[in-house]
Amino acid sequence: MAGMPSAGLHPRETGLSPRWALILLALPVAAAIAGPFVLYPIFLMKALCFALFACAFNLLIGYVGLLSFGHAAFMGSAAYITAHVVKVWGFEPLAGVLAGTVVAALLGAVFGWLAIRRQGIYFAMITLALAQMIYFVALQAKFTGGEDGIQAVPRGHLLGIVDLDDPFAMYYFVLAVFLIGYAVIYRTIHSPFGQVLKAIRENEPRAVSLGYRTDRYKLLAFILSATLAGLAGSTKSLVFQLASLTDVEWQMSGEVVLMTLLGGLGTVFGPVVGAFIDVTMENYLAQYGSWVTVIQGVIFVICVLTFRRGVVGEIIHLARRVSPGRSEAPPPAAVAQTAPGE
Amino acid sequence: MLSFLPHIVLPPTPALFAQLLIGLINGAFYAMLSLGLAVIFGMLNIINFTHGAQYMLGAFCAWLALHYLGIGYWPSLILAPLVVAAAGILLERLFLRHIYRLDHLYGLLLTFGLALIIEGVFRQYYGSSGQPYSIPSSLDGARDLGFMFLPNYRAWVILASLAACFGTWFLIERTRLGAYLRAATENPTLVQAFGVNVPRIVTLTYGFGAGLAAFAGVLAAPIYQVSPLMGSNIIVVVFAVVVIGGMGSILGAVASGFVLGVIEGLTKVFYPEASNTVIFVVMAIVLLVKPAGFFGRTA
Repeated sequence: MAGMPSAGLHPRETGLSPRWALILLALPVAAAIAGPFVLYPIFLMKALCFALFACAFNLLIGYVGLLSFGHAAFMGSAAYITAHVVKVWGFEPLAGVLAGTVVAALLGAVFGWLAIRRQGIYFAMITLALAQMIYFVALQAKFTGGEDGIQAVPRGHLLGIVDLDDPFAMYYFVLAVFLIGYAVIYRTIHSPFGQVLKAIRENEPRAVSLGYRTDRYKLLAFILSATLAGLAGSTKSLVFQLASLTDVEWQMSGEVVLMTLLGGLGTVFGPVVGAFIDVTMENYLAQYGSWVTVIQGVIFVICVLTFRRGVVGEIIHLARRVSPGRSEAPPPAAVAQTAPGE
Repeated sequence: MLSFLPHIVLPPTPALFAQLLIGLINGAFYAMLSLGLAVIFGMLNIINFTHGAQYMLGAFCAWLALHYLGIGYWPSLILAPLVVAAAGILLERLFLRHIYRLDHLYGLLLTFGLALIIEGVFRQYYGSSGQPYSIPSSLDGARDLGFMFLPNYRAWVILASLAACFGTWFLIERTRLGAYLRAATENPTLVQAFGVNVPRIVTLTYGFGAGLAAFAGVLAAPIYQVSPLMGSNIIVVVFAVVVIGGMGSILGAVASGFVLGVIEGLTKVFYPEASNTVIFVVMAIVLLVKPAGFFGRTA
């Protein structure tokens, strides 16, 4: 775990002292390791998959300012591919996850190539429409099983050795996948590439005039985001041993927007928090049927009207007000106040 | 020959015309809804994700009015749009007003949340399955056109939607109120300085757009079943239509709505499997060939 980056709690971002940052970092790590001993492993695995999904989505909205309303397509198609490869072709789970992730990456390349031709609001509508196309393909294609989906997907033995039917083994596998995905996102954001992405978010014409081919950067970020969303979907299909239409529906695309918005757009750790809140809420409110949708709608409205920084964004904002003086800190999560897109 | 496309066989003419008619009907709804989206976007700079829910509300208003109050189709055709328009005005006053200075994307997210709330409530009480709503007796039956039977109600839908589209065009392009509206779209501050109450125009525009969606919903009630999900199913397609047509012109929105409906209908004849996806494919092609859309004004 030592290699894990500082989880978005870098002093430069939060204005926290290194000691506090370390404590704040140690908590989630300890919680992640001890989690399955305290809570239901399936619940944690679901939350981790959604957390990775939301982080992947946040890479686009939070750091490039592109609102994709079609991320379910990547999650869902990766889930179908993994389920098919593992169940029908009998491959080993890791190969299944890789296959799903690669397909999501290819899909992301095509979608991104089409969608980055338009900006702002149109980008959102295009991604939504393309994702709906994938939904209909999944509904009609033979191998996806239509309304039934692909059920009873075997988890198998990881690399032929570790039996993933053991909930603890499966949990740590999912945790590892999540940490790898999270590390990739963290590295991307804090790399020169990530700086260019932020420049595009803040002022695209300026980035162009500085000589950056912004379309290439946007496309690359889109593919990366799609790939990681696919990784989350592949893993999720092994966790639930199921790939179904739920994963490709537009409701899923909306849900990932909600998680990210609630946790904090453009904060590294926010989507994780948002995903855990959303999954917990769904878990406890499942018996109330469609009220879950209503509550999600209410959260959307509240977040947009009064809570645009999200949970983590708000915490960072408070921390900065409590310990001012670290003036080197960059302006607070810029998306929250100015604007993504444009 | 052509064995790789087993579904391409020439259909009998009546089937062709029947699908063409269905395409025109769908196109009528696409046209009315994308028109409403374009009008709202022009004035508010918001993509109204609630549009689908407002269409659904229109249909439900008609159904509820018939079910509980015994109010028939014709009064509903006027009343439901008024009710939904009033609700839209309330929505604009309470919520949308506060986010105009923010990025467009927040408008999309806010209206998406509102759509979730409305749909969730209706799904909770009426389930996901549809409620039937019968065709008004005055429009029952069909007439023989020689080459096909044209159900009276479907003919009425096409006429009514054309009238609604033309009326909207006339209101915006040919009346004084429309002139204010267009001026306020171009330069709200200046128009405000001339003593025109721009915020009120904005509110009325949103109410009008919502009412138009509800009007489409009432027209749709006897054709499709009245279901809480009818709005979200159609709104995604309408988004694709809007991407293809662009939101810059009223006639553009109307024309692309009808054309895409017909394309969808023809696909149902020649290659039914693709009929759900064809509009999205067209959208992808248009993005490749003409990235700004056909009547585009970039956002």
